[in-house]
Amino acid sequence: MSTAIDFSEKKLKVIGTSPVRPDGVPKVTGLAQYGADFSLPGMLWGKILRSPHAHARIRSIDTSKAQALTGVKAVITSADFPEQKFEYVGPERIAVNYWHMTRNIMAREKVLYEGHAVAAVAATSKAIAEEALRLIEVDYEVLPHVIDVDQAMQPDAPLLFEDMITRGIEPAPGKPSNISKRVEYKMGDIDAGFAAADEIVEASFKTSPVHQGYIEPQSCLARFDADGQAELWASNQGHFIVRTFTVKLLGMKTGDLRVHPAELGGAFGGKTVVYIEPVALALSRKTGHPVKIMMSREEVFKSTGPTSGASMTIRIGVTKDGKIVAADGLFKYQAGAFPGSPVMNGCMCGFAPYDIANVRTIGFDVVCNRPKATAYRAPGSPISAFAVESTMDMAALKIGMDPLQFRLKNIAKTGTPLVYGAKHAHEGFAETIEALMRHPGYQAPLGKNQGRGVASGYWFNGGGESSATVHVNEDGTVVVATGSPDIGGSRASMALMAAEALGIDYDRVRPIVADTNSVGYTQGTGGSRVTYATGIAVVNACNKVIDELRARAALIWKINADDVIWEDGCARPAGKKAGEFEPLPLKAIAAKRSATGGPISASASLNAGGQAPGFATQFCDVEVDPETGHVKILRYVAAQDVGRAIHKAYVEGQIHGGVVQGIGWALNEEYIYDEEGRLSNAGFLDYRIPVASDLPMIETILVEVPNPNHPFGVKGVAEANIVPPMAAIANAINNATGRRLTQLPMSPPKVLAALDAGSGG
Amino acid sequence: MAKHHVTTTLNGNAVEFLCETHQTLLEVLRDELHLTGTKEGCGTGDCGACSVTLDGRLICSCLMLGVEAQGKSIQTIEGMAVGETLHVLQRKFLEHAALQCGICTPGFLIAARSLLERNPDPTEEEVRYWLAGNLCRCTGYHKIVEAVLDSAREMRGA
Repeated sequence: MSTAIDFSEKKLKVIGTSPVRPDGVPKVTGLAQYGADFSLPGMLWGKILRSPHAHARIRSIDTSKAQALTGVKAVITSADFPEQKFEYVGPERIAVNYWHMTRNIMAREKVLYEGHAVAAVAATSKAIAEEALRLIEVDYEVLPHVIDVDQAMQPDAPLLFEDMITRGIEPAPGKPSNISKRVEYKMGDIDAGFAAADEIVEASFKTSPVHQGYIEPQSCLARFDADGQAELWASNQGHFIVRTFTVKLLGMKTGDLRVHPAELGGAFGGKTVVYIEPVALALSRKTGHPVKIMMSREEVFKSTGPTSGASMTIRIGVTKDGKIVAADGLFKYQAGAFPGSPVMNGCMCGFAPYDIANVRTIGFDVVCNRPKATAYRAPGSPISAFAVESTMDMAALKIGMDPLQFRLKNIAKTGTPLVYGAKHAHEGFAETIEALMRHPGYQAPLGKNQGRGVASGYWFNGGGESSATVHVNEDGTVVVATGSPDIGGSRASMALMAAEALGIDYDRVRPIVADTNSVGYTQGTGGSRVTYATGIAVVNACNKVIDELRARAALIWKINADDVIWEDGCARPAGKKAGEFEPLPLKAIAAKRSATGGPISASASLNAGGQAPGFATQFCDVEVDPETGHVKILRYVAAQDVGRAIHKAYVEGQIHGGVVQGIGWALNEEYIYDEEGRLSNAGFLDYRIPVASDLPMIETILVEVPNPNHPFGVKGVAEANIVPPMAAIANAINNATGRRLTQLPMSPPKVLAALDAGSGG
Repeated sequence: MAKHHVTTTLNGNAVEFLCETHQTLLEVLRDELHLTGTKEGCGTGDCGACSVTLDGRLICSCLMLGVEAQGKSIQTIEGMAVGETLHVLQRKFLEHAALQCGICTPGFLIAARSLLERNPDPTEEEVRYWLAGNLCRCTGYHKIVEAVLDSAREMRGA
């Protein structure tokens, strides 16, 4: 049994401070090792041949010339990977189909997007590997392609899979289509709800696919030994994910693959899947040498998953006094080349911030000829929120109500039912709105061509499987090992929580991310789950260590362990033994470990439930240049319920980052395809993410309504912040110009066209 | 074809290397000299992760060939700290939590040092424009700009 510790707010010593991260120095000196920074003796370079066509049948692949080139050690195609069973595995919202996955990492019958992997080579240098790619002859039968989601749903659209029957429709359709799945959620009586409305607003919206835009391209190093055992160094959000997928795709035993978590150069959901790891390992298996693969930026854009583009229609019914009585949403999301867009999330999150009696959301998951969609920060929710929160703004305008007041009047509270069947179990929503209402900037006057917009956003946040091991060293320092790759400073949060739980100084705790064979199974870093779930694992392991430390102190004092308590980093005699002995600090107990039973360590693993959702409300001021259509962000204020900030500066940093990605999504970022379905802007020059000179400082307001299910009150903080910006900015543009923009990105040509349409009458 | 023999000064040390004609300075630094602190984010000069200085001038090492470094002095992130003492910018980036994943950090540090050598008292706007060639996807630049301004203050003794 572990010790229950009362972490009441006033007792917290290090939680909520912002110390320097324990893994910081190597990151400022260039010594931290990311995926591309590992090398091994005898290493070969792997390169991947990719499809130049958006959609084509592969008639044949001739690798003989490439194989004959001096320095080439292996050429592989899909024939080097075992076929997989067609089945959806796991919970529907995040189901995996290995039949699809093996085709995504290496095309089989067809290529389904420009950039789709077709073959791979391993050679003694990068240059030879590149030359070998040019010698591979692929005979393609080019097929018609389709990219836009509305066009892909047309009955005469080119089919990606000739046998795909839409799931979720009863009876099943008789004909195949590009619609992989239909989902529908509803509660109440939607028709009666709209009948009771004084005003009904309806609008349709479109968004472009956008890329996570991590600065580190996917990279890995693989080594496959002659006895079938293998190692991988991978920059991925989950080294356990890499292991699970890679052993399946290569037909290996899980115990034969050890995956090391490289430092991770940004991910945002995009590195929750595998592209190159199984390929590098297959090349290593075939050559007997270690193989390194680094994607180029062009490959990242053309071959890895952005999030969906979408087409949506929203209808909201309100009464004159501002109560929403009905809401209806149609969400069509591009899945990319294989099923699995985040449309279910979009359907679940869109209206989730609000207490609405009558709601329906319908979603379609639609395949099309671009890379398979991968998670991107609160996957699915920002897309539906753009549509819903823009329509909310229209509704507030229609009834003449302040948009924050309108949201507050309709806010969901504990017990409010959600359209997907659950009920809200946590507060913290209203507080973010109230925080903005109190902000002096919200009432500040605006100048010419300027406008102000608000929006809210909801994200589930995650729990799930996590593990941690705590080792007490002989000098009283402590090592905390977890299985959660650290993208944004989570090692600092783990160290803070361990220091708080053990009652020792932060700099005596050294956190690491352990490889797959050195710590218990841990799901990937995603869904804003790490500080919550892995944090609980760390605290649970610390509590086990505390029990052990109490037992050791009891042994030293020759009293019963029940008469020892742990307080302020010391064992103290308690109960009838209170005051009999001087307190023993952790360091003193650690020094006597050999004499009291040997090494002191403990592990904890759990499948955490009880996470609380994230809720964010933001306002921004923009200025629209009537000559160019350029939108400048003048001020951005972001409030978010964070439960409790463990490392305050990194929590702020999460909000800064999410908001700025949202600004890019709103104003600049999009995939531009030519008539052949080839991506025209596969580089950072033309796919323009925000740069420092585009932006003001981002003001953050941390609302702290603790989650009682976490020892320190944590709610996930990484994702809710990217949900509101697109609508907040659209609403601000509308406020500035009187023009409602319904398509992302709201780039200068679109804004100018909207302004011109207005002036032209 | 025979490789080229190139003589340079790298972080103050005399360094010789052999490289192919087509190899970029970035590839030479990373693959031949094993200085992997300089990062490849794009290979096309758009992200600034590979920033180094060449005879004191800020450049993208992915846009220059290794052979062009003949007789030049190169400074990389590995040469920024002096012994165990971090450069003020390195320390301030840590204190301000101006990095999350850290992949862009070496490039930002090299670029920011280059700014402060030229302009010891930059405005926020000058910092933002100087660093506009360095992409960061994690931080929204907020804390990076703060760290650079704070470094400038400390280096000026203000």
